[in-house]
Amino acid sequence: MTVITDFIHLLLLLLMPPLLLGVINKTKALFAGRVGPPLLQPYYDLIRLMRKGMVLSTTTTWVFRAAPLVTLAAVVLAGLFVPLGPFAAPLGFTGDLVLFAYLFGLARFFTTTAALDTGSPFEGMGAAREVTFACFSEPALFLAFLVLAKLSGTLSLTPMLHAPLTVPLFGLPLASLVLVAAGLFVVLLAENSRIPIDDPNTHLELTMIHEVMVLDHSGPLFGLILYGAAVKLFVLSALVLHVLVPVQTGWAAVNWLLFVVEMLGVAVAIGVVESAMARLQLRHVPTLLVAASLLCGFGFLLMLR
Amino acid sequence: MITWWLLISVGVIAVSGVPGLLLSRQSDLGQRIAAVLNVIGSASGGAALVLQHAHPELSRAISIQWALPVGRFAVAADDLGLIFLVPILLISALGSIYGLTYWLQREHVGNGRKLRLCWGLLTAGMAMVVLARDGVLFLMAWEVMALAAFFLVATEDNKPEVREAAWVYLVATHVGTLSLFAFFALLRYGTGSFQLWSALPASVAPRTAMALFIVGAVGFGLKAGLMPLHVWLPGAHANAPSHVSAILSGVMLKAGLYGLVRVTALLPNPPAWWGVTLLVAGVLSAVLGICFATGQRDLKRLLAYSSIENVGIITLGLGLATLGRSLNRADWVVLGLGGALLHVLNHGLFKPLLFMGAGGILHAAHTRQMDLLGGLGKRMPRTSVLFVIGAVAISGLPPLNGFIGELFIYLGLFRTVTSTGGWGWVGLAAPALALVGAIAVASFVKLLGAVFAGTARSAHAAHAHDPDTLMLLPMWTLAGGCLFIGVVPLFVIGVLDRAVAGWAPPTLGSLGTIRNYVSVAWLTATAIALLAAVTLGALMLTWWRVNKPVRAAGTWDCGYARPTARMQYSGSSLSQMMVELLEWVLWPRRKSPKIDQVFAAPTDFESDVPDVVLDRGLLPSFGFAGRTLTWARAIQRGPVQVYLLYVLGILILLLLFA
Repeated sequence: MTVITDFIHLLLLLLMPPLLLGVINKTKALFAGRVGPPLLQPYYDLIRLMRKGMVLSTTTTWVFRAAPLVTLAAVVLAGLFVPLGPFAAPLGFTGDLVLFAYLFGLARFFTTTAALDTGSPFEGMGAAREVTFACFSEPALFLAFLVLAKLSGTLSLTPMLHAPLTVPLFGLPLASLVLVAAGLFVVLLAENSRIPIDDPNTHLELTMIHEVMVLDHSGPLFGLILYGAAVKLFVLSALVLHVLVPVQTGWAAVNWLLFVVEMLGVAVAIGVVESAMARLQLRHVPTLLVAASLLCGFGFLLMLR
Repeated sequence: MITWWLLISVGVIAVSGVPGLLLSRQSDLGQRIAAVLNVIGSASGGAALVLQHAHPELSRAISIQWALPVGRFAVAADDLGLIFLVPILLISALGSIYGLTYWLQREHVGNGRKLRLCWGLLTAGMAMVVLARDGVLFLMAWEVMALAAFFLVATEDNKPEVREAAWVYLVATHVGTLSLFAFFALLRYGTGSFQLWSALPASVAPRTAMALFIVGAVGFGLKAGLMPLHVWLPGAHANAPSHVSAILSGVMLKAGLYGLVRVTALLPNPPAWWGVTLLVAGVLSAVLGICFATGQRDLKRLLAYSSIENVGIITLGLGLATLGRSLNRADWVVLGLGGALLHVLNHGLFKPLLFMGAGGILHAAHTRQMDLLGGLGKRMPRTSVLFVIGAVAISGLPPLNGFIGELFIYLGLFRTVTSTGGWGWVGLAAPALALVGAIAVASFVKLLGAVFAGTARSAHAAHAHDPDTLMLLPMWTLAGGCLFIGVVPLFVIGVLDRAVAGWAPPTLGSLGTIRNYVSVAWLTATAIALLAAVTLGALMLTWWRVNKPVRAAGTWDCGYARPTARMQYSGSSLSQMMVELLEWVLWPRRKSPKIDQVFAAPTDFESDVPDVVLDRGLLPSFGFAGRTLTWARAIQRGPVQVYLLYVLGILILLLLFA
């Protein structure tokens, strides 16, 4: 049974991420009154990129080429520790929550270093913003982990993230979880460079974060980066889902279906946020992220009682 | 037997610089002899430590009456000392090899011999601090260490900034020593002897214990460089020759931490505020240290501030363990102290690696200003690989060693939350540590970006090249150590467990080992998985490149016709956003021109992050004191005879009142 669960986990982790991007883009298109690209467009893009040649900047070194690989490896490995729906994750040990967070740190380290490797001031700006904003989202994530650790009494992601399933309908833990869910959703938007923190659709703007860091990557390297970003979105969405909609049924098949629907729901929600909001001014982004930390912090204080 | 062996090894290192004094200034022979003696002494000492670990029953404490009226020559090695001795011996040997090229006697005729004499003395002093079991011997070793470090910092005493940094260090270290005199006097008062590091007897009044903790924390905290006692650290570590910075930062700071570890073990059941104080001090040091690091423009000052951060992380772990001691929580003790001690080892590997790397850059490009460097990734490929390894390790990222140490501390902090008893708020240190980790990534990405990425911003950087093998070899060794502990932490767990057991009070009962709380096999497995995935990906990419077109072109510049190196994002611009957000802590100094015309004349902009405590607090207040207290100079005449008279007078007064 666990073999099948693990297999489905791996399958979803590796194959589903680009679909989320497709759903987000479709939602935004619908809001804007456009037909929009097909749902599967991100897959086509990836396949095409993998078949292309590439252009390497003469300024770059091995870091530039290694970064997409390290990033992808780190986020996929992180994804193996996050349970999907009510099923246990394939991997898990006491303390994996720290590994999870730090794998994203490793990915960030290499993405930003590679961006700087090109010597382009645009990419420098993106890198500076990425590392700066991460300083605000990282504490929020750990505060959320504190709440979940307190709730579950364990230090491993699978039982921690399954703890909200058994929370009574009324009471302090629920209030705390609501705060944490709000905080984590902001972290999800920030870490994946979505509106209102970053706008993934404009290129070459002076205000960009993630897209501007990968300007010089092309061909398969760029494909790896896009894919890695999609996997990251998938993994963090799956994480946030546990706090956002902690529901399960008695049947495994229904649970998987429910999970997929929920994930698509998160994608739609992101699409709605992106359609309904404008990107924040850069100097207001830290305020939003501090607010997210504070939400999680209040959630933790409630749990301390 | 083993203790004598260790002492002889330390003695060999202590005199390693002496033969050079008898040889010509122009000859490199003395330098080679010093390096050989250093390596022999360290290898022999290391072998003794291995034997000591395998057969602790063979090791016996030495205690000999000496000619001095106070104290004894008492020496012993234990499991806790081992953790501190390993980096001392390792970095001393590697640093002396590194120095063979870096500080070639022929090129440094004026100060090379002094440097090597003090290098040996510093190493021996630090080793004796760890080995000493008598207060008087401890203080003597401590002073040898402190003074040798002063002369090492002041190696290039022809430069005014070096002299200033050395003076600040000398004043700070003696304030610390003063505090330690009080500490040992109190200890003598409490226990009746100078014998060291047994727990205080139950008869000692709580007030005495409190005073002991306070003077101990100040004295040792000054040496460790805890905020706000860090004032001497950035200047001293930035202005010393790089291999000296490596040993000062990677090893000598740990002497202070060693003292703190011993002080917290003085009471079997210390009051909870001991642990809380250390926790708070640790968090403050870690957060503020790395905040200041991120604003620096000087490569070595950045590394120095990052040492303050790392000392903070270690103190945080120690604070958690001390709290566990107070509240009888074996898991906090094991994870807190285990993590702290592992971080002591780890920081002793990656910080020297980074400082030696910085030395290589300084050697090749003749500047520490990051904004003048750039493009070294292409010019110095080996150094760049080594620096990336060091940066990943020091940022606490998997799969390297920094992650393992921080993981233990995180787990300890999380366990305060999952347990009941009203100490859950201690867990708030975990998000603080996460903040530190994120800012560390920001700082080191800035460093790599400004120094190695892009193209050269100055002629110096444009002609830099990798240093020679003798300088690279020590760095490869250290990088290998980082990777080894990161992938196979099991190797050091046994050593840590024994050290923790030596520290924990017997009242705590069976401690268990770190492996009861963390699965080490999982850490190895994930590290290997990560490395394997990246290697596999790299192979696939290489294979792919064989039959697909790869074109080289310039970096995309948005169609701008003539991009120059000056248009790159500099280190200062990378950290500008961070510095602005942290303005209320960092108090950056800016000199920006006022532009009020449409066609402005050429102008310039300057920004810097000085040390708030030293440059904005202490130095101005010292200046004020110097101006207002001139009348007090009347007693400061100058001739030695007058001072001797003062000493005599004080002695007579003391005798009268005693």
